[in-house]
Amino acid sequence: MALQTEPFILNVGPQHPSTHGVFRMKVTLDGEVVLDVEPVIGYLHRGIEKMGENRTYTQIIPLTDRLDYLASLTNNLAYVLAVEKLAGIKIPERAEYLRIIMAESMRISSHLMAVGFFLNDLGAMMTPVLYMWREREKLLDLFEMVCGQRLTYNYMRIGGMSHDIPEEFLPALKKFVAEMPKFLDEYDQLIAKNEIVLVRTKGVGILPKETAIDIGASGPVLRASGVKWDTRKADPYSIYDRFDFEIPVGTTGDNYDRYWVRMQEMRQSVRILEQAIAQLPTGVVQADVPQLLRPPVGEAYGHIEAPKGELGFYLVSDNSIAPYRFHIHPPTLINLTALKDMVVGWKIADLIVTFGSIDVVLGEIDR
Amino acid sequence: MTRALNGEQVAKKIIEAYPGADAVADRAGVIVNSESLFQVAEFLKKAPEFDFNYLGDLTAVDYTDYFEVVYRLVSLEHNHSLVLKTRCYDRDNPAVPSVTKIWRAANFMEREVYDLMGIVFMGHPNLKRLFLWEGFEGHPLRRDYL
Repeated sequence: MALQTEPFILNVGPQHPSTHGVFRMKVTLDGEVVLDVEPVIGYLHRGIEKMGENRTYTQIIPLTDRLDYLASLTNNLAYVLAVEKLAGIKIPERAEYLRIIMAESMRISSHLMAVGFFLNDLGAMMTPVLYMWREREKLLDLFEMVCGQRLTYNYMRIGGMSHDIPEEFLPALKKFVAEMPKFLDEYDQLIAKNEIVLVRTKGVGILPKETAIDIGASGPVLRASGVKWDTRKADPYSIYDRFDFEIPVGTTGDNYDRYWVRMQEMRQSVRILEQAIAQLPTGVVQADVPQLLRPPVGEAYGHIEAPKGELGFYLVSDNSIAPYRFHIHPPTLINLTALKDMVVGWKIADLIVTFGSIDVVLGEIDR
Repeated sequence: MTRALNGEQVAKKIIEAYPGADAVADRAGVIVNSESLFQVAEFLKKAPEFDFNYLGDLTAVDYTDYFEVVYRLVSLEHNHSLVLKTRCYDRDNPAVPSVTKIWRAANFMEREVYDLMGIVFMGHPNLKRLFLWEGFEGHPLRRDYL
């Protein structure tokens, strides 16, 4: 006689090691097979958009640190670019280069975390993460050198940077840039040639190209699905048009491709860093900007290619000292729309891995 | 460089296709009335010269007299963009048609606007609060919410 079965609803999170923060998934299961996933978010909602409406333009910069807290400097960059667009401010050359250096270092740091925790979700508990942290630690030391912080940097200002880099920074960065490709080779050897990793990731959690565009995915998730779209190339901001780099693109859009795209992007970031260090001019790092900025009435949308995707800031000014509307477009919230498409029909263990491959940070999703 | 399309030219094209859309250019792009928003959005996605296959952002602004819903459309093929806006003047029951059938990307963004601004998106498959809990009173991003 056949056994009678019925779908089973399982709560994953909000407090769970695999959810990378306070995130809840309502999963409907048939045995081990996923039938439906419903993300439940908002546990870290702090009302940052509302808070921004009651702060001056400069006071908002520390709030942006607390969005994607694994990539604070790129959040700073997206926000100050939007304000500079709104107010029509031009910044000194040296500051432009420092911004590129910070943004690309941040990308490497964020991708190292992403890849490390992706392997954690695969079941390679903590060992790969600690390998990644070995290099991330050097970057955190570099950031600490320039601004005294290791997580919420608050280093960029409207019109430039808060201050110049210390003299010991460049030699340390040069050493890092010279060593990094060797470490990336080591990671590739440890991970990309591991049979268990390949079996668990290749062909799993596929996001087709058309779906990726339709759901508005961005960053490594979009590129892994074979769409050659990177804001640094498609809509160059700051001085990205001066550097020579490539956009790695995946073919199938599976978990392995998302991992692979991140690994390749780190190599490209190293290339950009090499060029930026070589071209770094001398001079001031801050333009003359009023202490209490009152941008003209209008609106502006500044967007950048953050490590996790397209991060945008939409500002509406009514010529007062605070923005009339302060909106953040978070890449990972949108990438999360695709989770259900990627996991239905796969086992629950694959759900955890696929979720890890999207690389979410809840501070940015919930805001 | 992503080319921002000229609002006036696009407004002219929209009026040719949908005379009732009241399309006018504004400081950032084009404004259409909320009744014809869905048709205009579909037209902008399907017309080969526009081909807006990617929804870059969706948000809303409370100007106290009216709500403005802002759509940032991008074409990955042509690498151009357009800001499409619509307004709703009814403060008690603001409603605009949902564009989730055109771009699935709108799903979470419309839920967010509904949650924080209180604008109802008609035709949304699962319109409920995104960040705040069920039973929360009010919509915090409105200007009169203190």
